[in-house]
Amino acid sequence: MNARILLLLCLPAAAQAQGFAGLGGAAEGFALPERGRALSFPADHGAHPAFRIEWWYVTANLETPDGTPYGLQWTLFRSALAPRDTRGWDSPQLWLGHAAVTSAETHHYTQRLARGGIGQAGVEPAPFEAWIDDWRMAGPDFDDLTLSASGPEFSYEVTLDAQGPLVRHGEAGFSVKSAEGQASHYYSQPFFTARGTLHLPEGPVEVSGSAWFDHEWSSQPLSDRQTGWDWFSLSFESGAKLMGFQLREAEAAGYSYASWIAPDGALTPYVEAFEAEPLETVDLDGIEVPVRWAVRLPQEGVAVEVEALNAGAWNALSPPYWEGPVTVSGSHVGEGYLEMTGYE
Amino acid sequence: MNRAVLLALLSHWRRAPLQLFTLIAGLALATGLWSGVQAINAEARASYDAAAATLGEGRFARIEAAAGGEIPRARYVALRRAGWQVSPVVQGRLGPLRLVGIDPLTAPGEIAPVSEGADISAFLTGGGQVFGRAEALEMLPEIDAVPVVAPEVAPNTVITDISVALRLLDREGIDALLVDPEQPQGRPALEEVAPGLSLRAPQAGSEVGRLTDSFHLNLTAFGLLCFAVGIFIVHGAVGLAFEQRRPVLRTMRALGVPLGRLVGLMLAEMAALALIAGSLGVGLGWLLASQLLPDVAATLRGLYGAEVAGGLTLRPSWWLSGLGLALAGTGLAAGAALWRIATMPLLAAGGRRAWAMAEARGALWQGAAALALFALATGLALWGEGLVAGFALLGAGLVAAALALPLVLGAVLAGAARLARGALAQWFWADTRQQLPGLSLALMALLLAMAANIGVSTMVGSFRQTFTGFLDQRLAPELYVETADDAEARAIAAFLAPRVRSVLPLASVETEIAGQPAEMNLARPDPTYPENWRFLQSVERPWQRLAAREGALINEQLARRAGLGLGDPLRLGPDTTLPVLGIYGDYGNPVGQVIVTEALFAELHPGIVPRRFGLRLDPDRVPEIRAALEGRGLPPGAITDQAALKRFSLQVFERTFAVTAALNVLTLAVAGFAILMSLLTLAALRLPQLAPVWALGLTRRRLAALEMARAVLLAALTALLALPLGLALAWVLLSVVNVAAFGWRLPMFVFPAAYGWLGLFALLAAAAAALWPAIRLARTPPAVLLGVFASER
Amino acid sequence: MLLELRDIKKSFTGAEGPVPVLRGVDLALGAGESLALTGESGSGKSTLLHLVGGLDRPDSGRITVAGEDVTALDDRGRAALRRGTVGVVFQQFNLIPSLDIAANIAFQARLAGRHDAALAQDLAERLGLAAHLSKYPEQLSGGQQQRTAIARALAARPRLVLADEPTGNLDEATAEAVLGAMLELVAETGAALLMVTHSAHHAARMGRRLHLRAGRIA
Repeated sequence: MNARILLLLCLPAAAQAQGFAGLGGAAEGFALPERGRALSFPADHGAHPAFRIEWWYVTANLETPDGTPYGLQWTLFRSALAPRDTRGWDSPQLWLGHAAVTSAETHHYTQRLARGGIGQAGVEPAPFEAWIDDWRMAGPDFDDLTLSASGPEFSYEVTLDAQGPLVRHGEAGFSVKSAEGQASHYYSQPFFTARGTLHLPEGPVEVSGSAWFDHEWSSQPLSDRQTGWDWFSLSFESGAKLMGFQLREAEAAGYSYASWIAPDGALTPYVEAFEAEPLETVDLDGIEVPVRWAVRLPQEGVAVEVEALNAGAWNALSPPYWEGPVTVSGSHVGEGYLEMTGYE
Repeated sequence: MNRAVLLALLSHWRRAPLQLFTLIAGLALATGLWSGVQAINAEARASYDAAAATLGEGRFARIEAAAGGEIPRARYVALRRAGWQVSPVVQGRLGPLRLVGIDPLTAPGEIAPVSEGADISAFLTGGGQVFGRAEALEMLPEIDAVPVVAPEVAPNTVITDISVALRLLDREGIDALLVDPEQPQGRPALEEVAPGLSLRAPQAGSEVGRLTDSFHLNLTAFGLLCFAVGIFIVHGAVGLAFEQRRPVLRTMRALGVPLGRLVGLMLAEMAALALIAGSLGVGLGWLLASQLLPDVAATLRGLYGAEVAGGLTLRPSWWLSGLGLALAGTGLAAGAALWRIATMPLLAAGGRRAWAMAEARGALWQGAAALALFALATGLALWGEGLVAGFALLGAGLVAAALALPLVLGAVLAGAARLARGALAQWFWADTRQQLPGLSLALMALLLAMAANIGVSTMVGSFRQTFTGFLDQRLAPELYVETADDAEARAIAAFLAPRVRSVLPLASVETEIAGQPAEMNLARPDPTYPENWRFLQSVERPWQRLAAREGALINEQLARRAGLGLGDPLRLGPDTTLPVLGIYGDYGNPVGQVIVTEALFAELHPGIVPRRFGLRLDPDRVPEIRAALEGRGLPPGAITDQAALKRFSLQVFERTFAVTAALNVLTLAVAGFAILMSLLTLAALRLPQLAPVWALGLTRRRLAALEMARAVLLAALTALLALPLGLALAWVLLSVVNVAAFGWRLPMFVFPAAYGWLGLFALLAAAAAALWPAIRLARTPPAVLLGVFASER
Repeated sequence: MLLELRDIKKSFTGAEGPVPVLRGVDLALGAGESLALTGESGSGKSTLLHLVGGLDRPDSGRITVAGEDVTALDDRGRAALRRGTVGVVFQQFNLIPSLDIAANIAFQARLAGRHDAALAQDLAERLGLAAHLSKYPEQLSGGQQQRTAIARALAARPRLVLADEPTGNLDEATAEAVLGAMLELVAETGAALLMVTHSAHHAARMGRRLHLRAGRIA
């Protein structure tokens, strides 16, 4: 059986009526995010098998000593077919890893699939270890991690050092995703410094820079009218950070949210204030994808232009989506990552 | 105009229904045999492909436990976590079915085709799903997994998730890991991560594919031979029809039909006939294939363990090739005739040309072609290598012989005519010689059919003779016992030791010898072996030296593949290298084999406890020992007596050639038919030749008898020539094709009695074919014979 | 003139070089006229007829049939001439053995695309073939076969009928009857007739006579 077919089935992206990648599907028997549930660490770094979906997401903006920029992605998805976590081959927990390295010219990406219950993939909160096959994000504690992934064309090994606190989005980690109240639990560590080696077809490349970690879990984070999202994580030279997303709807304005993160980690949530407007699109094999955006958060005086480092940062995986490093100019200068899903 | 011309052309067939029948029947038979064989091949191949797709055989490297047995789950996970992109597979029997468990999440490529709309969630959770062909699903025992029809799955196989398979088989470990061709960078070596596992490269063409290829090549060669026989018939019928219509064609042109139009319409006529006959032939092929396929399926399963569906699917590959061949064959047969029509002068210079009368130039050309092909065949026999060269050798030799046949027969008849005394005898030989061109195509068909028959029956006979002798050596123990686990094995061995003459432990481990996959077997020092085993080559006292750990024995397959000879060193283990003491014939076994003495085997594979035993005892005590073993809890199926085993093994080989035998009978029938048709068409033309002899005082009855004698004589001469040709064919099959296909050479035995019978059948076929025309001649009213003189112009 | 031959020369290749058969023949035939061409064996009568019918080409000279230059026609054009303008009656009848008499009669008319069932029926009756229409040539006598050939030639309404010893294979009485029927019908249809014969008696029944000797009109 083809892994790709599999993923389309387990995350039925084809079913557009159900939102991107099936994230709008019903959640029979699965736990639902609760407003007011306090996140507790390190336990919440681990997996939440009672929820249907969950991801651990690292993006990094790196550069070589001579200033050549690179982007790096490391993602572990968990998708549960049933809300239980058992040992053995019949575990209903499926794991999916995505990894990518992007430069201005090239974009390498690859994926891994695994089932839970046999030790091939999983996440342990303390000492922290998230893994699928030989890909790992692990360390003695969450401030000091090693991140690695490999594929036929590339591999990397990067150390992450936290320079600031974890930040909780929305209402103390309860992140609303639609006007109807769909939500997830969502926190980030946007203050990682990163240093390591990328092994690329052209040879090893020493890099350093910053990384951003997201961990989010839910059972039905999208409303069934929402078709995809545009998600921005931006780091400004001032030391402040901005995480903003808009959830697009086929026939309506959609829903937006932003977290303004001060250099000290203080987070200000903004509901329906974040604006992102496509300025330029490229055609990637018949799919129109915006690669230059006007992004505004008036309350914080943000009016910037966000431009992809490499317009072709398309992960033709399952589901397919765009994920790549961006540069920021305008009222604030900086860099970051852009993720766009649901473009057909 | 087209209509009028076509009508005139087609009206010929109404007046010559026999010709039409010959043409259609010949072409249909030829197409039928060809497409029947192709259908069997296509069906079998589709089955292997499905099997290979299921298990990834042939496409993916595999990792297996070096010492045999299961791979623990933890090993698999360790490999994955080290970066190895491998995917687990388990296999087992579920009632009559083969159950294959896969992991869809890690499986490389599309190893298991699964119908669209498959629900991965249902596949992976709950009772799971089982995919298989409808026939297979019907045989499924009662299980909680949901059956899903998937026609792409191999026959008699069902596929399910590994979790479901392990549950159904009540097992925990994995049989093998498929290795994805795409691997990430910087992966550690296999031994570092998982010692005790061995990596096997994907086999060039799966094991099953390589072995069965030769079987199919055999079938294909027979299909082509049948087609060639059929084309001889068609060529005769088409040539005759064109020759007979020459005056009409000339008249039509004189009446104003343009040449181009005429040729075009005749082409269309031939194409239409070819399509009709081809369609009939495809239908015939279907029938043939559906009759033979169950036998073929049984053969392939028995011989190679390849699963082939017993049912037939209409695949474009074979019915299109059948129709195409019918068209091409007709074109070949009609091409020369059409060319003659196209270049025929409008005003005939001479009278009617005797049809198919070979001109001197034609004979010369034919002789040259025969010589060239003989030269090619000789070259191939001396320097050719491999299966394709073997079959090219077969083809070149057969066609050369067929082309040379009329020349040789002509020379023999000319010699006989010179020696003949008496007017009648002289007339008989001269007349026979004159008839030769008209019959030569039919006689060539007979020659080929007989040669094929002799060749194949020699091969079958040699195989059977060799194999029975071999079975007597190999299956010397009177009883075989199979135990379920190590503990039982030890207990049974201890129980038996005082009760029988000797207990011979048997075990086999898959390993690699000289870079070739091979199985390692053990032999306990026992007189049974030296008493029964015969070697192709061996040192002095091989068994004593084997017992003294001075070397190992290998089978012929391994010797040929690895290029090993006596005394060559064999690396049997990390620190064990011993010389080859002997090479034994190991017929019917596809894999290489090496035998070491029991003690050495135990040292090399300490984890393996032999679980099977061969028992030497007085045959009279077999029932008693069997009862004792059953009394100790061994199921009856675990105890096999030698006679039963031998019977089963022989059955497998008998089935292999059941198909060939059926095809043999058909080719001989086709050749007989060709003779009949040639004689019937000649009969009308012969009347003017026979009438003067009748007028000079020979009775019609006598003439008819002479006609019969003539046919039988020609058949007898042909049969005589077919004998050396058939033996040469057998030699090629046994010593060239067999070695190339299977890796061992079969000793050739000759079976004079069988050839005698075959010759007799050929003569009977010729006599039967000549009977009807002869009877017609005997009953020809004198007035008709007289008419010959009256209508002579 | 329906048929005009001007200085026709033709030779065949023999063992010792070219053998001239026609050494410059001039001939003219008007519509509705009948002409007997007589001569010894080998005098070139049949060759002349074949040239007129477009079955062969002259070495030099010019032949026009109904205003068309036959010598300039290619194979296709000559085939069209044979099926549309000319009707030929051969000495050997040249019927199609696998077609019945009705189909044989209609054959050339069908080729020419002007089959007329009434005409074919009329011809069959006039030639005494009406009772034999569903028989095959081999079931008929020589005279009946030649009548069939005549009907076949006339059924296509040719403007020129060429007859090559049409009674050569028939006994005298039959020959008389067949010839009579042919002359009568040809006269009725208004076609011109060029008949090769070695019989002075038969030639006498034609409008004009020409004698061919050693490749020239005597």
